[in-house]
Amino acid sequence: MAREMMFAEAMAAAIMEEMQRDPDVIFYGQNMAMTERDPFLKRFGKDRVRITPISETAEIGAGVGAAMTGLRPIIELYMNEFMLVAFDQVINEAPRLRYMSGGQVKVPLVLKAGFGFAAGWAGQHSNCLYHTMMGIPGLKLAVPSTPADAKGLLTAAIRDDNPVVYLHHYMLMLDKGEVPEGDFVVPFGVADIKRVGSDVTIVATAWMVKKSLAAAAELAKEGISAEVVDPRTLAPLDVKTIVTSVKKTGRLVLVDQAPRQSSAAAVIAGEVAEHGFEYLKAPVRMVTALDTPIPYSEPLERYVLPDEEKIMRAVRSVVAKQSVGA
Amino acid sequence: MMKAEALSSERLIWMYTQMLRIREFEERVKRTFAEHPGVIRGHTHLGDGAEGAIVGALATRAENDLVMPSYRCHGYPLVLGTPARNLMAEIYSRRDGVCGGFGGSMHLADPARHFPGTSGIIAQSIAHATGAGLTAQVKKTGQVVYCFFGDGSTKQGAFFESLNLAAIWKLPVVYVLENNQYQAYTHVSLEDANEMAGDPLSQKAQAFSIPGETVDGTEILEVFEAVGRAAERARAGKGPSLVEAKFYRLSAHGNAITVPPVPTQFPEHEAVEVYGNKAEYAEWKSKDPIVKFRTRLAGNRRLTDAAAKQIEDRVATEMEDAVQFSLASPLPRPEDAVKHVYA
Repeated sequence: MAREMMFAEAMAAAIMEEMQRDPDVIFYGQNMAMTERDPFLKRFGKDRVRITPISETAEIGAGVGAAMTGLRPIIELYMNEFMLVAFDQVINEAPRLRYMSGGQVKVPLVLKAGFGFAAGWAGQHSNCLYHTMMGIPGLKLAVPSTPADAKGLLTAAIRDDNPVVYLHHYMLMLDKGEVPEGDFVVPFGVADIKRVGSDVTIVATAWMVKKSLAAAAELAKEGISAEVVDPRTLAPLDVKTIVTSVKKTGRLVLVDQAPRQSSAAAVIAGEVAEHGFEYLKAPVRMVTALDTPIPYSEPLERYVLPDEEKIMRAVRSVVAKQSVGA
Repeated sequence: MMKAEALSSERLIWMYTQMLRIREFEERVKRTFAEHPGVIRGHTHLGDGAEGAIVGALATRAENDLVMPSYRCHGYPLVLGTPARNLMAEIYSRRDGVCGGFGGSMHLADPARHFPGTSGIIAQSIAHATGAGLTAQVKKTGQVVYCFFGDGSTKQGAFFESLNLAAIWKLPVVYVLENNQYQAYTHVSLEDANEMAGDPLSQKAQAFSIPGETVDGTEILEVFEAVGRAAERARAGKGPSLVEAKFYRLSAHGNAITVPPVPTQFPEHEAVEVYGNKAEYAEWKSKDPIVKFRTRLAGNRRLTDAAAKQIEDRVATEMEDAVQFSLASPLPRPEDAVKHVYA
């Protein structure tokens, strides 16, 4: 059974269902559960659903300690930038403690935050910071693009025995889609082919999946068949599905809302260069944000970020390369 | 109420023995740098001088209470029952180490003995201990969490945020501030507003409207009573307290950071090395908490010279065995390095 839901509803459903299933799951954050009308508070009580002071280090740090000692906290952090205030806990505590203890403790913790808000939030609230968390052994990173994945990946994150950063894109919050009801898990490290195609592989995450699908629909009118692959989790990263797609299409365009330097796109390009070079008929193209902070004014913001037009231009260029060479 | 005068001779002797075990363990770690150069890697921090604070506090524990200190962490698990062999083997980076050689001196962990793990980043473990208090509260385990940290930690945001959170949620945490008067090489008078104003550091508790008191950390029984009050309050659901135990670190902050092949070693205490203040060091050395407690026990006829000698011999044998066991323990298998990244 599936039902149409908004992205935000799908996440709430995952949390609600997991809290119902497992009494060790707790849920807290700033500016939440403020009154008794809150649906989580009503259902699970004030021990398991809490409002916190504006103290990210204590929120995340206490989450780490609670996870080490038997709870499974979900922390609502709102924006990925707010994790920066407590980045030691995210990068240098949660993912280290199991390893440093020789495997004696586990830290089942979900850090839930929005990102990539392209709506005039300017320099400090519009960022895509996932690339800063991709290279941290011990830390997992989920980046859903559809309501169904939003639920399935969040359920998997809550059930995972490791710290997971779960990032949801603010521009997708109101998107609707079919979401399976009841127990539904999207396993980590399994990319999803969002559109099947044969001429070019587009790899994209979150909002950029939506942009890439829109671009692919336009390109189809020009006779270009684009396959759109969504890794869904950046750590672990499903390199195999990406390389298999490149083997079929021979061309790769990587779309990433983050700046180009040290982006997820660059990491994936490196993997394909090592594991799929012989399949490439054209150079890899990366469509990323420019290497600037995010500006406030709309024309400036639009200039910096990737969009359908930029994706289409990149796809046309790699497809053209083949016809020239052939 | 936990009253020191109600402690049995047996319990007092146990406390004295634990202090001696910590001191002897730390002495053996220090000697390793000279006797077995290269065996200990990285940075090692000793707790000699802190024995009164550590044992005085832990003597108030109930059976399942958790203990979460900073990276200066050798003493606590010794008291909790982790074999000295496995602690020393970890510091020697051996396979029989309590963390299999994955953690080392700064990251000892023995969750089965109520010691979930430590952080090497100043003050961050205060937040972890606060979260352990949250677990105890949500799961209604009745546990109290003993959170130890140094005076330097109280200048970090993690300290302030954690105490505020624990206060508003009434978490069962006892915050034991081990004021050993030096944050690495910086004297407390150079960085603490309370100290500069002539106030005790425990005054910080007032910012969170929780009890705060300062005791002489070289007097184990004073620590015992103050921490006992805080633990009872926590166990009764009344929330956290801050207890400042003021004492003096008897060794340097840590072994000097050197690049191989230069052997790492402990220089003199910062009071002497950095500040040239031999008198300060000598004064505090004369307030050694172990010597003070032994004198008190001897005066009360709780501990005869013969019994004291017997304890010393037993502890020396135990720690010599820990050293020999650890030297003989194999190094980890290199390929095991990829284990334990994920659960």
